[in-house]
Formats: sequence, C-alpha cells, structure tokens
Amino acid sequence: MRLVVENLACERSGRPIFSGVGFALDEGQALAVTGRNGAGKSTLLQILAGLLEPASGTILLDGGHDERTLPEQAHYVGHRDALKPALTPLEALAFWQAMLGEPAMAPDDALDRLDLGHAADLPCAYLSAGQRRRLALARLLVSDRPVWLLDEPTSALDAGSQTLFAELVESHLGRGGLVVAATHAPLGLHEAATIRIGA
Amino acid sequence: MTSPLLALATREFRLAARIGGGGGMGLVFFLILVTIVPFAIGPDLNLLSRIGPAILWIAATLSTLLGLDRLFQADAEDGSLDLIRMSETPLELVVLVKGLAHWAGTGLPLALAAPLFGLLLALPPDAMASVCATLLVGTPALTFIGAIGAALTASLRRGGLVLSILVLPLMIPVLIFGVSAANAALGGTVPFWTPFLVLCGLSLFALVTGVMGAAAAIRLAAG
Repeated sequence: MRLVVENLACERSGRPIFSGVGFALDEGQALAVTGRNGAGKSTLLQILAGLLEPASGTILLDGGHDERTLPEQAHYVGHRDALKPALTPLEALAFWQAMLGEPAMAPDDALDRLDLGHAADLPCAYLSAGQRRRLALARLLVSDRPVWLLDEPTSALDAGSQTLFAELVESHLGRGGLVVAATHAPLGLHEAATIRIGA
Repeated sequence: MTSPLLALATREFRLAARIGGGGGMGLVFFLILVTIVPFAIGPDLNLLSRIGPAILWIAATLSTLLGLDRLFQADAEDGSLDLIRMSETPLELVVLVKGLAHWAGTGLPLALAAPLFGLLLALPPDAMASVCATLLVGTPALTFIGAIGAALTASLRRGGLVLSILVLPLMIPVLIFGVSAANAALGGTVPFWTPFLVLCGLSLFALVTGVMGAAAAIRLAAG
C-alpha cells in the first residue's frame, strides 16, 4: 500500500492556504506534518480524510481495498473528540466500531490498553481533556483501518500517555500501516519523515 | 458487531433519553400549548371542539421544531459528523435513521397522545381518531422537511431561529391537508380520505426529498 500526494493546493474562501504539497508514503512509514500556526496542517489532514475538497492536486492510495475510498480506509483523529457528554466511553467506542466497520480490538480491551478501563462506564462529560484524548485514540484500535490521520494527537496527553501513544503508532507501523500526523511536538517515533508546509 | 445503522439508531435513542437529550420535551411542550388555548379562548366547548384539530396540528408542528435544530448541529460541533462521513454507510441512510429516530422521539408520541390531549379541547371521539391518524402519517413529513433546514443550519450558531423561519412556510401544505382530513370527522366540507391520501403522499415525498436534500446540504456545508 502506498499513499501518493502530488502538487496539492488548498483554498478557503478564495484565500490560498498552501500549494505544491506532495509526498509519498509506503507501508510502515510515518509522516510528521509541521508548520507554523495557520499554515494548513489541519486542512491538509481534512483533505486527506475527504472532509474538504482540494483546489488542485491528486491523492492516490495504491494497493488498498479496491472498493473503498481513502477516507473509508482512514482513521481521523481531529481537534474535536467526537464524544457525546451523555454517553459512556464503552458506548462511544462500540458505536464507532459499528460505524467505522472492520472491527479489530473489543471496546473493553481498547479502553484497558489506553488505561481508561476504570472510566468505562462513566459519562464522557466527567472525563478530563487528556482522558478524552485517550478515548479518541482508542477509536484507532477498535476498527482496523490502515491509514491513520492524526491532528495534534499528543495534545493534552501526559508523558506516560505520550509514550503509550508512540507504542501504539509503532505497532501500527509494524503491521504495515500508514500514519500522517500534524504536530508541533516530537511524536517520539523512531523513524518519521517530516514535511513542512507554509513558508 | 452490530450493523452501522442499528448502532446509530441505538445511539440516537440513548442520547434522547439521557439528561440534556430533550427526549420527551416535545410532548410536554405539546401539552402546554394545548392547555393554554382553552385559557385564552374561554370555556366555549363548541368553539373549542371546532378548532380543536387545528390547535392540535399547530401544536404538533411547533413541537416538531423543538430539538430539530440539534439534529445535525450537535454532531457537526463535536466532530462526529466528520467521522460519520468517513464511514462506508451512505450519508442518505444516516439522515434517514437520524430523522426516523427524531420522529420516534417527537412525532410518534405526539400522535399517540393526541386523543388524550383532545379531551382538553372537547373533541368528539371520531375527531380524536382522525386527529390521531392524520398526525401519525403527517408528522414524518414535518420531521423530514425540517431535516433539510437542520442540515442547512447545522454550522450556524443560533441556527434554531433561522431553521424555524426556513421550514415553517414549507410545512404549510402538510398543515392544510392534515387539518382538513382531521376536520372531516367534525362535518368538514371534504370527505376524510381525499386530504388524508394527499397527506400520505406529502409524507412520502418529504421522506425522499428530505433525505436527499439534507445529505446534499451536509456535503455542501463541509466541502
């Protein structure tokens, strides 16, 4: 599987955000997207996730599932956690597992893996920012999608959780996954290519 | 693992039932609207029973608007809608399930409670039955017409106000045929079945256009 992005440009409300962004990512590779605030890191991830249309350029996922588009084979963890205050973490994960398809780890196990087992039946409204973040990351484990698009994945995480997150990403890469992460802080990965967008 | 649409329906019902979900509020609002009418009009039973079906229908229309603004807005705000769009489930089916869940939480209880509330308006039994039947087939039309507005205003703050102004005029045909079918039992000018079948047609039409329109609006808003 290979993700090839060529000459991608983006405009929002007629204002150019970035242009000429290109990279190629093979199985087991991670890409860190850096750049100043407002350079378009999040926008790039949203374009890859199919949530925004690029102004020009091509995105090609080679060797993936034949009948699925890139967004349907990608996990997206954005700034917003997609959690409902009234639902419990267990309910939220079970819902996303059904919605995103390709079930992998059971929701219980995913919560334990991210050290949230004790909060499984607590409404999400009571979770701290870091716990909500970990819960959003647990979504990556319950459904098996090869491409991970992560927007500032380590924000609000403490040191221990950051190490845990790096382990999860490493094991995903080890299984032949692809990771594109927008970040300011180092992700703690052994090998990650870096692309800087914006001036 | 459950099917995506079943999981979505379960989630919608859970959210509606829990604190802040607004489930049951439509019914309480409906009751309040129907209760204040006799206070405003006075204890003229003949007048009340003559305008009863219209009051119940207007109350049902306004109650349907409650919570409709959050139909897609809540999911758009917390990012859930982005992830739902990345699933393999077509957005149209997602809109259909969310719409039906909203209807099951507002329109359906209203239709079932209408005979009971009809007592407050001195409705005769035949009229209660016909109001109940017309609300049962007519409220899906209200929900799905509203769904288009809800999708269009999902990204607006205070979208509920815009939503009401946008969709209430579109609900007028449903109101006209609903009330005229319900009035047939009170000796209206038209037989029951003519407006009732038109009402059924409007509901089916709203179901299709609402689902397509709302899905298109969600795609446009994000793209």
